[in-house]
Amino acid sequence: MGVVEGKFSDNFITTRIDSLVAWARKSALWPMTFGLACCAIEMMASGASRYDFDRFGVIFRASPRQSDVMIVAGTVTHKMGQALRRVYDQMPEPRWVIAMGNCATCGGPYANYAVMQGVDEVVPVDVYVPGCPPRPESLMWGVMQLQKKIEQERYIRRKA
Amino acid sequence: MFEVESSTRVERSSVVPGTEELIINMGPQHPSTHGVLRVILRLDGETVKDCDCDIGFLHRGTEKIGENITYTMFIPYTDRLDYIAAPSSNLAWVTAVEKLFGWEIPMRAHYIRTLVAEFSRISSHLLWLATHALDIGAMTVFLWCFREREMVLDLFEHAFGARLTVNAFRLGGLFQDVPQKFLDLSQEFADLFPGRIGDYETLLTDNRIWLQRTRGVGVISADDAIDLSLTGPILRGSGVRWDIRRAQPYAAYPYLDFVVPVGENGDVYDRYLVRIEEMRQSTRIIQQCLAQLPKGPVSCKVPRTIKPPAGEVYHSIENPKGEFGFYIVSDGSETPYRVRIRPPSFVNLGGLKKLALGGLVADVVAIIGSIDIVLGECDR
Amino acid sequence: MPDEAQPDGKEEGGASAPAGAKAPPAQDLRELVEREYAGAVLEQTAYKDLASEATLVVRMDALVQAGALLRDHPSARFRLLSDLTAVHYPGDERPFHVVYHLYSFDHNRRLRLKVKARDGEQVPSVVPVWGGANWMEREVYDLFGVSFKGHPDLRRILLPEDWGSHPLRKDYPLEGRGERVYTKPRRKEFGD
Repeated sequence: MGVVEGKFSDNFITTRIDSLVAWARKSALWPMTFGLACCAIEMMASGASRYDFDRFGVIFRASPRQSDVMIVAGTVTHKMGQALRRVYDQMPEPRWVIAMGNCATCGGPYANYAVMQGVDEVVPVDVYVPGCPPRPESLMWGVMQLQKKIEQERYIRRKA
Repeated sequence: MFEVESSTRVERSSVVPGTEELIINMGPQHPSTHGVLRVILRLDGETVKDCDCDIGFLHRGTEKIGENITYTMFIPYTDRLDYIAAPSSNLAWVTAVEKLFGWEIPMRAHYIRTLVAEFSRISSHLLWLATHALDIGAMTVFLWCFREREMVLDLFEHAFGARLTVNAFRLGGLFQDVPQKFLDLSQEFADLFPGRIGDYETLLTDNRIWLQRTRGVGVISADDAIDLSLTGPILRGSGVRWDIRRAQPYAAYPYLDFVVPVGENGDVYDRYLVRIEEMRQSTRIIQQCLAQLPKGPVSCKVPRTIKPPAGEVYHSIENPKGEFGFYIVSDGSETPYRVRIRPPSFVNLGGLKKLALGGLVADVVAIIGSIDIVLGECDR
Repeated sequence: MPDEAQPDGKEEGGASAPAGAKAPPAQDLRELVEREYAGAVLEQTAYKDLASEATLVVRMDALVQAGALLRDHPSARFRLLSDLTAVHYPGDERPFHVVYHLYSFDHNRRLRLKVKARDGEQVPSVVPVWGGANWMEREVYDLFGVSFKGHPDLRRILLPEDWGSHPLRKDYPLEGRGERVYTKPRRKEFGD
């Protein structure tokens, strides 16, 4: 931090506002539980005793109005697609989407009349987590990937 | 001190307040509907006047897929029907197909299947207890149940390499024998688990809040339950001592000793007690399976191409949720002509209207929890 | 597993052709129904002569009465309707077979009833006999398009109301849009 480096006492940190905002956003990702199928059980397991998602600042919220990231855990059918989009629209900006599992990514083993071939047909997806269902570790990896992505986002200083 | 003047009181009562029925929509994205169930309630104050379920948000066309793939290829799809107790669904499918062929399965395979199916019952009931208690407001139970559930999932991982959708059984037996480590850890778990059930019971069974939220709620008589085709713990909670493991035994159940618990009043509390006791009995079955486990092969001779004779069979097993069956129509080719899944959750959920009518809106959550549905197998 | 594995010998042994002396399974039930409603049972089969696979094909107009008789008669007592489904055989004169799986607690036995329906023909609803048939008949209506006469609330149950076709019919494709009129929401429509 060039000119201001070392000008202040020890418990002062200098940083860019962009980094500060990104740091704040990535450290308290509140996901909305969009549990649809098998993956929802692994998502619950991630939040429960052994894996304890709270360590990442990830606290599951039941309401879309209070959440930053939607974890789409499970098969999205055409019947569900509209409800999913509606819930997504209720989430405040900035918002992110994690497609958890093969079904949410690409339809998984269900290539048929009822199932939407990937949730990206209705909402934009930031991170795809593979697995059928993904283990809680995989979901953690997905959340960490998302945190990395948020870190790189810029809010004030646009790219040159 | 704050008594209203008598004149005011008269004036107030002379105005008849207008009442209006309220329609409330629960779901499909609601934390206490256990998946993507949508319940539309018509309320008069807090009393439920009418209740309509909208399901099918997870209809994945599994039966149609079954008509287009071979008998072996369908096993992984059965995992994803009742994903909370996946080996149980596997067992229903493989036993149904084996009935179609008339194969004799080696005893060791029967015992290991029974062992794993009982573990899946425990894991299903633990998840049910965790979410049911969480819905009613007890957070600790959720964390405790998941602690033990993770142990069961670890066991599955030792034996089959996956946690949830394990694809445990094959037509004709097992893919391979289970490792010794699995058996040792199973024994360890079976010794430890009864104490843990006692822990859950200290939290809930005599808890005053729990009793008030569950006792006398969602009552159904035995006759009504049979008329509505309800099966599983919900039927036994109403006092009907019927368990397919006992009535029409399959796998190794004819050789095992266990008690079929029943309730008396048919309310949410009795269903809770029945499931808690079932977990104890499952532990007993696991102990017996481990003690009696015979040596030998784990699979019978299975031809390369599996072509059953033309015909139709219906075979059902006792899933943690109720009667889980398959009706297979074969036309003699490699793919089934028709696969019908008899879903316990779907049929049991059909009884929700009967259970919820006349109750309070807050009790609907407790009742849905006590039916113990899993939408994967409800919508298929 | 050895390559030259043969199907078990047990698999042979008369998939059809019931043994001469032994009465086929569910003969007593057939007689019970016939005594009350003569000519109601059209066929009687059992896969490999298994008692648990006993099947009676009944005439459609006698279905509800035969069901009530089988439910209430002390020697039958089929109080539980385990399952209700349908099978589609396109090309047959009566392409829709509606299948009822019954269970008797008292006698611990199972029975399968079948009704064969023409395309577009209404099958009498068994909801008055077994209340649990309500949702199961709705499902058959939804996925096969078989409608039930006297059903209290015949609506689609699994698929959206505006789906417009019946996916478990054999002429419906597994993949693709089939004949459904339902349009799935597109990202473009929401202005992303």
